[in-house]
Amino acid sequence: MIYNLLIAPFADLDFMRRALVGVIVLAFGVAPVGVFLMLRRMSLMGDAMSHAILPGVAAAFLLSGLNRIAMTIGGLIAGLAVAVLSGVVARSTQMKEDASLAVFYLVSLALGVSIVSAHGTSLDLLEMLFGNIRALDDQALLVIAFNTTVSLAMLAVIYRPLVIECVDPIFLSTMGRAGGVAHIAFLALVVINLISAYLALGTLLAVGLMILPAAIAKFWSRDISGMILIAIGSAVVSGYAGLVASVQTGVPAGPAIVLAAGAIYFLSLLFGSAGGVLRSIAPGRHLKA
Amino acid sequence: MSTQIQFHDLTLGYDRHPAVHHLSGEIAQGALLAVVGPNGAGKSTLLRGIVGVLKPLAGRIDFRGLDPSDIAYVPQTNDIDRSFPISVFDFVGTGLWRSKGLFGGIGKHEQKQIGEALAIVSLEGFENRAIGTLSGGQMQRMLFARVLVQDARAIVLDEPFNAIDAKTSADLVAILRRWHSEKRTVVAALHDINLVRSYFPETLLLARSAVAWGSTSQALTNENLLAAQQLCEAFDDDASLCTDAAPSKAA
Repeated sequence: MIYNLLIAPFADLDFMRRALVGVIVLAFGVAPVGVFLMLRRMSLMGDAMSHAILPGVAAAFLLSGLNRIAMTIGGLIAGLAVAVLSGVVARSTQMKEDASLAVFYLVSLALGVSIVSAHGTSLDLLEMLFGNIRALDDQALLVIAFNTTVSLAMLAVIYRPLVIECVDPIFLSTMGRAGGVAHIAFLALVVINLISAYLALGTLLAVGLMILPAAIAKFWSRDISGMILIAIGSAVVSGYAGLVASVQTGVPAGPAIVLAAGAIYFLSLLFGSAGGVLRSIAPGRHLKA
Repeated sequence: MSTQIQFHDLTLGYDRHPAVHHLSGEIAQGALLAVVGPNGAGKSTLLRGIVGVLKPLAGRIDFRGLDPSDIAYVPQTNDIDRSFPISVFDFVGTGLWRSKGLFGGIGKHEQKQIGEALAIVSLEGFENRAIGTLSGGQMQRMLFARVLVQDARAIVLDEPFNAIDAKTSADLVAILRRWHSEKRTVVAALHDINLVRSYFPETLLLARSAVAWGSTSQALTNENLLAAQQLCEAFDDDASLCTDAAPSKAA
């Protein structure tokens, strides 16, 4: 019975195994990036960026058909262009980063939808918006694995300046250019991971596996490395639970995964050891010192 | 003593409006200089110019035998994200950034260095506390500990004793004097005139331009303080272009 529920779908069905591998590898890339997005109060920026990759993906789709690698490169170019341009505008003018990002992503979203609706079918548009994790082919899996590998390596390199840039940006800016470089590199990481997430979950839900696990982690740890580990763990669990639920109920896999993460989030919100609701209602007797 | 930082007809400001106007003068190596002036006099702006966060609108700053990144900077605390989950030990450890870079290990020697800095500012036992749990005074002590770890040859402090109690101020002033005795250059923006008179041999009285610059007793006369108060007018949106070529005189 339990075997049938939890293991059989993956033992019996090839596409489910692929989906599971894809979502687990994805979790290791997106969750740490999500933690930094949250700590820098840029969660909504992730959402904006996920729309910004659309015109690149759409253009590549028109030129090359369903070639994942071309779509990845197209999305990468569009996303990086928006990230870098808005970063440069924010750093060199009075414009704040969120406002300049909003300008660039709205323009590129409008551009993306225009391209797809001018040349593609409504089915194409649907897959771009919601993804199809149960149809991951070898190419898509390789792209996700490659992106996660690059992302983890890059994060290891920029970890220190990124943390310092988050907590005390002025300190780094008096020490040379490391802060600016780390910031741009981090934006590149966001884009790379959004492309992986886009392949699995589509442009509308791509940030789900980035932001929700980070928000979950915030309720269980007060330490950044602890947060990252918990975020990865909860992203993996959400992915697995979402796939199981999708097989059992027929709900599409992408929304099921995000809903699973949402369920864990609400449990954490209630019971979390670091600032959960129950802890703040009944914190226990105060200490001596 | 030799000149370490020299201002040449320096104008710093925001959106073309000068906040520091035509400042010339020099800071000697090992100086203990107080920058005094009313709110809006350009004290913070001048310090931001020295550490390179703000680019000059006109004129320049020359450094002799000193790279701008050799300067430790203690900004006003509200610039730091105190909600970020980082421990006091790790935060103070960021002072090693220049020597350790991306991958340099924090070994026994560095741990001892950080521990000693925390001891000097009386924050022993706070190593594992999150920075968000510190009081205002403890926060300032921690920032001083990071400067100690940085081992910088010049130190720039922006109103380091604002909203700090007498005990903490006294402890931190002792650290300033220690830096001075170690021949490090110290520049601090301050409001407390009595504190400046007691501990700082040299003062720059600033009101957008230099009102006086020299030994503290000569610079901080009642006459000069009054003049500084009056010189500090607001930005004028319709101000015409500045064609004044003559730099303000430094005493």
